[in-house]
Amino acid sequence: MITLLTLLPIVGGFAVLALARSRDLARAIGIVFATGALAIAVLFCYGLDPATPGMQFEEHHAWAPSLGMAYHVGVDGLGVLMLALSALVVLMSLVASWNNEKHGAVYTALVLFLEAGLFGTFTALNFIHWFIFWELSLIPAFFLVRIWGGKGRAKAANQFFLYTMAGSVALLLAFLALFLATGRFDFVDLAQLAQSGQLTTALAQNLHWSGNPGHLGMLLFWAAFLGFAVKTPVVPFHTWLPATYAEASSETTMLLTGAMSKMGVYGFLRILLPIFPQQMQRAEKPLLWLAVATIVLPAFAAWAQKDLKRTFAYSSINHLGYCVLGVCVAAKFTGADAGLAAEKAAALTGVLLQMFSHGLTAAALFWFIALLERRSGGLRGIDDFGGLRRIVPVFSGLMGIAIFASLGLPGLNGFPAEFLIFKGSFPLAPWAASVSVLGLLMTAVFLLTVIQKVFSGPVNPKWEAMRDLTTTERLAVLPAIALMFVLGLYPQLITGMVHSAVTQWVMGARF
Amino acid sequence: MMRPESMSWIVRNLWLIPALPMAAAAVSALLKRSERRLSAGLAIGSMGISLVLSLMAFAEALADPARRVVTFNWMQFGDQWVQLGWLLDPLAAVMLVMVSFVGLLIFIYSLGYMAHDDNFTRFFCFMSLFAGAMLGVVIANSLLLLFMCWEVVGLTSYLLIGFWFHRPAAAAAAKKAFITTRVGDLGLLIGMVWLYGQTGTLLFYNSGAGCLERTAVAGMEAHLTVAGMAVSTAIGLLIFCGAAGKSGQVPLHVWLPDAMEGPTPVSALIHAATMVAAGVYLVARVYPLMSGSALEVVAWVGAITAIFAACIAVAQNDIKRILAYSTVSQLGYMMLGLGVGGVAVGMFHLITHAFFKALLFLGAGSVIHGCTEDQDIRNMGGLRRFMPVTFAAYACGMLALCGFPLFAGFWSKDAILHAAHGWGVSQGPFYLGAVGALLTAFYMTRQMYYVFLGQRRLAEATVSPAAVAAHEIPAEQIEPVVSARTGEVCIIEHPHESPAVTTQPLVVLAVFAVLLGFVGTPAWPWFQSFLAGESAGLDFGRFGEAGLLPLMAVSSLIVFAGLGLGWWFYGRKPILHATDPDALEKIQPGVFHALANRLYVDELYGVTVIALTRFCAGFAAWLDRWIFGGAVRIVAWMVTGVGWLDAGVDRFVVNGGFDEGCRDVARGGRLLSHFQNGRVQNYLRVIAVALVVLAAILLWGRRG
Repeated sequence: MITLLTLLPIVGGFAVLALARSRDLARAIGIVFATGALAIAVLFCYGLDPATPGMQFEEHHAWAPSLGMAYHVGVDGLGVLMLALSALVVLMSLVASWNNEKHGAVYTALVLFLEAGLFGTFTALNFIHWFIFWELSLIPAFFLVRIWGGKGRAKAANQFFLYTMAGSVALLLAFLALFLATGRFDFVDLAQLAQSGQLTTALAQNLHWSGNPGHLGMLLFWAAFLGFAVKTPVVPFHTWLPATYAEASSETTMLLTGAMSKMGVYGFLRILLPIFPQQMQRAEKPLLWLAVATIVLPAFAAWAQKDLKRTFAYSSINHLGYCVLGVCVAAKFTGADAGLAAEKAAALTGVLLQMFSHGLTAAALFWFIALLERRSGGLRGIDDFGGLRRIVPVFSGLMGIAIFASLGLPGLNGFPAEFLIFKGSFPLAPWAASVSVLGLLMTAVFLLTVIQKVFSGPVNPKWEAMRDLTTTERLAVLPAIALMFVLGLYPQLITGMVHSAVTQWVMGARF
Repeated sequence: MMRPESMSWIVRNLWLIPALPMAAAAVSALLKRSERRLSAGLAIGSMGISLVLSLMAFAEALADPARRVVTFNWMQFGDQWVQLGWLLDPLAAVMLVMVSFVGLLIFIYSLGYMAHDDNFTRFFCFMSLFAGAMLGVVIANSLLLLFMCWEVVGLTSYLLIGFWFHRPAAAAAAKKAFITTRVGDLGLLIGMVWLYGQTGTLLFYNSGAGCLERTAVAGMEAHLTVAGMAVSTAIGLLIFCGAAGKSGQVPLHVWLPDAMEGPTPVSALIHAATMVAAGVYLVARVYPLMSGSALEVVAWVGAITAIFAACIAVAQNDIKRILAYSTVSQLGYMMLGLGVGGVAVGMFHLITHAFFKALLFLGAGSVIHGCTEDQDIRNMGGLRRFMPVTFAAYACGMLALCGFPLFAGFWSKDAILHAAHGWGVSQGPFYLGAVGALLTAFYMTRQMYYVFLGQRRLAEATVSPAAVAAHEIPAEQIEPVVSARTGEVCIIEHPHESPAVTTQPLVVLAVFAVLLGFVGTPAWPWFQSFLAGESAGLDFGRFGEAGLLPLMAVSSLIVFAGLGLGWWFYGRKPILHATDPDALEKIQPGVFHALANRLYVDELYGVTVIALTRFCAGFAAWLDRWIFGGAVRIVAWMVTGVGWLDAGVDRFVVNGGFDEGCRDVARGGRLLSHFQNGRVQNYLRVIAVALVVLAAILLWGRRG
């Protein structure tokens, strides 16, 4: 089943390349396949038995047993959630680029290949197999930025690629070391070794490490951390992001922020928490500081931006910062105090909600920017507009809803996530959580500044002839907006799906 | 807890009260702009049904004042649930009736007031959403649900302050309101998650397991935290931060006067009667949590706010701003009442104030409409003759606000002063409150003289003959006169009384402004007893309570003194010209200007908090660009350096890097710009790709 799902977009990509005689046909085929993938992903959500912990729909095939390599896939609540999110964001992005004249068959095919990479990453349970997809998704993303971006695209694409690559190299080296020590690449096995404490011993014995074995574990942890920290990103490993998000075409940015940024957080949850639990506990202080920095600094920096895409790019870092905070406080909990188990569950549930919710909101926001850019001939400075609410009321109203979702307004999708993260974080790390609320404040400041400068005020005569959303555009955007309300009012849709996975993590049996 | 089935219909379906206006808002949001009647009909209809349901709930609470709750699961984390729910108790019942009744009146008033607005449909959509969320705040039995509705209320306040969003002042005021209240809300958020962590629930009442019930509160009182505070005190103060933001308490009051940029019905409903009182209601709701030391803070903040805002109100010239500062001041009284006297004292003033302040705002709206949208009281004068109904109603509201004996405000304000007088901690708040009462009477008298009494100073608004011919203006409102300046005959428009749809709500509110106080007099403290769940009998003997009558006499004297001073300054000699300096200004120009400039609080925030935030934003962006980005560039440069050595002397890099560097140095003088070299990344890429390829080859090699 999972293999089929991963294959579907690959087939779709080749179908687009082979069959598409025209741009329209290419996009139609792309959308058909993306819709199919979304339908299957939703089926997975329904098919998943939420009461049963552990992996479901597992497939296990030997590949190169001597090297610990296997084709091992499976999903739990986290997995299906990410599958659904990736499929949704990819579909949104393809629909958004319907009217983009520049995006042809190759673009569509690359997006589908990227989708396959995402599916593979979110289902693989063996490191090598997982790592191949992790890197595979990077290649289409690189070309999407490199070919269809703005003026500075070449530099941005290189920076994006290299940065992520540097992180990946560190990650790869860490896992090679783990393999050399234990002979395992399977996440489940490695997690079990880590839980029982055998991992550290094995590292010390088999790698002929003369120093403190704890130090080696820490070194490997930080190396793996680097890989995910770049991807998520965590401050200060984020400098590639604003440039990349701003230079990539907005439809590509939807993919980058909506789906790819979740790969980093996914790594935190699926790999760092289970395999390096003691290390994360020991590194608690610096990790919390990094999380707080990831929340607060970009929120401030966003207010200093003049380009809407850069503003939302920084906002994206800030929102993922809450995920990092949630993961870090969850790692802090040792299990000694049973009362705190609930806080850990809250933080982790919040992280999962936030991943989905941010993916949806950020993709929608960049979609609106794409629509705006198409109407403004590419202009997107925060000071380029003014009074748009009078000229294009429907556009402004719908984008306003997305902005307020991003701001964490109750009733929309952002709030339950942020509430649960803070609910879990405060008792576990009061000071970190207290400082982090500055991020919430600054988010309001810069998002309302965007509304004030772009939508309010006197009409900028330059845009008097701007067209409001067409009926097709409205119908296209509406499901995304509706989903924001649904998840805001009924978050149980997601929390009900992931609760047994979260309970598992809290109990300590990590998979 | 009672079984849901055994509860009465209204308790089980209490959620309908907020849900109906919200549903109306949702439908309205999808309507076309031209569907004006439908939108207004939905809003008023849903509000009407909500009022009926609220009255049913009130009757239910009268019949049985025991608190009843309904709880449901919202979302799951791990094996636990976040629970939400609603409750019915006397406190909620009183608020429900007040909010839906005042809301309905203001909706009807808005029919006339907003009749000519392009965004009429949107207006009723936002107003309905507001009413729904506000009613949600009232019935919430969970701090989380209350917070959610509370934020939605804040959103509608933002949308309605910025309703005329094309005006930059309105857009700025809306943003300011949202952000200032959010500062307080963050305190509330922290308090909420702390409370959740401490008690394991956010339900207020849950048959002994709620966070406001004895077990939970005792646990928090026993637990000490930073600076030796009990946890309950700390949480109480954090929650009070949220209340202070919403209720415009010093130092978070700055947004409320600016909020007057919104349409007048909005000012009446949201920024006078209901939303701003939500902070007071919140403190009343979590009262069991508020320890003695937290209440001391509440009392002092309230007292300071009361006098601070009253001082500023003295020197304002915008009719709505005077009322706005008056609202801030009265909210201070309510907080003071909660701090020194308990829930009933604060809530009684909240309810009476809601009626007479809504009346004053609606009256001001009528005046503004009558004076062709002018809000400056210096340009008014003598309106009594042109707008008799508005004048009479406004006078009732004004006397109620001043605390004139027997009017509603007299009883409720007196209860606060009485409680403050008997407060064991300090007499300070009592004196602040008493002086504030004097100022209140004074600035309202000033306003009355400027607006309704004396002679007319309105700059004669000339209208075009074409408009007259087109019957846009009724004949009785116009008068042909010979212009003194040009000698030509022109047609002027008189101030005019508003239509019945506008004045009738005023009359209804005026009746309440006069009579409402009698439900809470010392002789018959029905209101106070109802909130406490007891029955009250009529007993005039209670006036004989020690110190009660003398205090009433003193507070009446204070009111008379304030009225007299107002007459002395503004009534004795009529104000002749709009440009005449204020009577106070002549005596104390320095003080008057400081007050007129709102004691420079906005300016102070501008150079401190806002400047600091701007600096932080700039710093964060700079950090990103030069420190984090610079570090990356240095790493890239070092890697390149290695490649450079390896390759021998590479002319290309030297030249390229040097030229690029020189240009950058010349441009920005930034040291780190040396390394900003587009080509550097290429080298790193080659190295990184090579590394991965190498690793892959090694792996595959081992396999084979």
